Amino acid sequence: MNATMNTATRVLMAAMLCTAAVACSKKVKEAPPPPATPTTAPVTEAPPTAGVYGPGDLDTDACLRTRVVYFDYDQDALRPEFQAAMACHAKYLRDRPSSRMTLEGNADERGSREYNLGLGERRGNAVSSALQANGGSGSQVTVVSYGEERPTCTESNEDCWAKNRRVEIVYTAK
Amino acid sequence: MTRTLRRLASSLVLLLFALLPITAFAQQQGLEIDIVGGNAAALPIAVVPMPFQGAGAAPGTDVSSIIRADLDRSGQFRSLPDRDIVEHPTTGSEVNYPTWRLLKQDFLLVGRVKDAGDGGYRVEYELFDVAKQQRLLGFAMTARSNAMRDVAHQIADAVYEKILGVRGAFWTRIAYVTAAGVGTGTRYALMVADADGVNPQTVVRSAVPLLSPAWSPDGRKLAYVSFERGNSSIYIQDISTGARQLVASFRGINSGPAFSPDGRQLALTLSKSGNPEIYVMDLGSKALRQVTNQIGIDTAAVFSPDGGSLYFMSDRGGKPQIYQAPAGGGSATRISFQGSYNADPSISYDGKKIAVAQGNGNNYRIAMLDLSLGSPRWSMLSPGSLDESPSFAPNASMVLYAAREGSRGVLYAVSADARVRQRLVLADGDVREPAWGPYRQQR
Repeated sequence: MNATMNTATRVLMAAMLCTAAVACSKKVKEAPPPPATPTTAPVTEAPPTAGVYGPGDLDTDACLRTRVVYFDYDQDALRPEFQAAMACHAKYLRDRPSSRMTLEGNADERGSREYNLGLGERRGNAVSSALQANGGSGSQVTVVSYGEERPTCTESNEDCWAKNRRVEIVYTAK
Repeated sequence: MTRTLRRLASSLVLLLFALLPITAFAQQQGLEIDIVGGNAAALPIAVVPMPFQGAGAAPGTDVSSIIRADLDRSGQFRSLPDRDIVEHPTTGSEVNYPTWRLLKQDFLLVGRVKDAGDGGYRVEYELFDVAKQQRLLGFAMTARSNAMRDVAHQIADAVYEKILGVRGAFWTRIAYVTAAGVGTGTRYALMVADADGVNPQTVVRSAVPLLSPAWSPDGRKLAYVSFERGNSSIYIQDISTGARQLVASFRGINSGPAFSPDGRQLALTLSKSGNPEIYVMDLGSKALRQVTNQIGIDTAAVFSPDGGSLYFMSDRGGKPQIYQAPAGGGSATRISFQGSYNADPSISYDGKKIAVAQGNGNNYRIAMLDLSLGSPRWSMLSPGSLDESPSFAPNASMVLYAAREGSRGVLYAVSADARVRQRLVLADGDVREPAWGPYRQQR
């Protein structure tokens, strides 16, 4: 009897573990490909609700280390995977009222340089809005658009273009 | 038969360019030019070498070869190769018409260079219609030795105008931006060169990106965008003195400058309101007048030749398209209805043609919209795939534009009928953002 129950429990637990493991591995697969630089890691964990950020956290906190936000072609909509980063950077701005950041908006090389200046600014504004929606103060944030003038990658292919469609979060005062 | 002729013609043209000007250009660190298309319908012209007949030192410039290269580049002419020039007349009295008729030449240009005192030279030239056995032009021009290229370009302009009835644009200049190096080590320069890529002159050197050069109508100044203040700003710089003026450095974007035809106003894009809009600045008072007020990105404005309206690009309808609005403000009318993406408008001197960068999917080509016909007609001027920034020559005979080859930028000049295309390549680095300057003032 005991043995039977134990067996049943074990089977159930094993099944649950298995499900969890499958879900977990599936989630890993769905996550974006590993980033080119350690500072660009899309982070899924939520920012700490307790505690106050300090300047040291910019280098150590996994969420705050997300400093590049990537965009789809000709789009300025924030992708869902960057929501967590918006929340923790907004919290940093709240925790450190003297901190300031510049959002550098960029576009890929396709199309007009003039238009891409506008597109880069739209992307910078989208990040700025997301930070403010998460409680950050707009007075701490400056948006600059470089258009397509500051590519990180210079090949004419989609891999490169995807890396160049970005907003870089640069702390000018920590 | 036709194909053979065409191939022969294009190989002759290629040969000419391979032999003559490229080495000279390379020495002067200018843009190298090579022709990538030929025009079998081009008019045959014999440009006979113009010898120096003076007593002093001969000029370092071969005037006739420059004239010949200009005429060939236009796509409208096909010059007779050196080896087929069997007679060498230098004046009308020495011209033997049957010879040139036998060589199937429509036109003949002869001339000679003489001393003009004070180290200057006098170029005497005559243009003939071979079939009619008639002299079309007979002039002399005097210049110092360092201005002999200018003289050659002006003679080419005179020939072009006499035969085609359209003012030549060989004696003009072009502006462009170069970038050399990679990453943060990239160095940028705003350059001005003769329209054939020779005599490059650095106007601005910069460690930060430069873009959007625009000529003042008198050809003395360039407006451009620099990031030297961190954000985009617009400057106007005198090309010869280097004196410059910061004209726009507002919060947000400051870009897309374009002079009005009278040179007193500057159209520009500012996003100080939170969104990129077109403004017109009075350059005397610096007062701004807002022309557009829309949710979309409005940018890259140019004045119509009469100054009354502005052409610009806007994505107010979703994708970027070309619009026209009164320069004084008022509602805008959409102009482009072909292609999912139309950008960077350049307008011809007569206001009848608009060149744009037209995108369909990942392919961006230079397209031209002709408004002079009953219904708007499009033609494609470039093959793609990442072509941008078209700029009309002042006589609208050609369009200069930027393209990518591998990971570097090159410039192309294409005839407005798309038949002849030539590539202007900088020896090291990237060339982009071309702007064809206005006609130069006659001395």
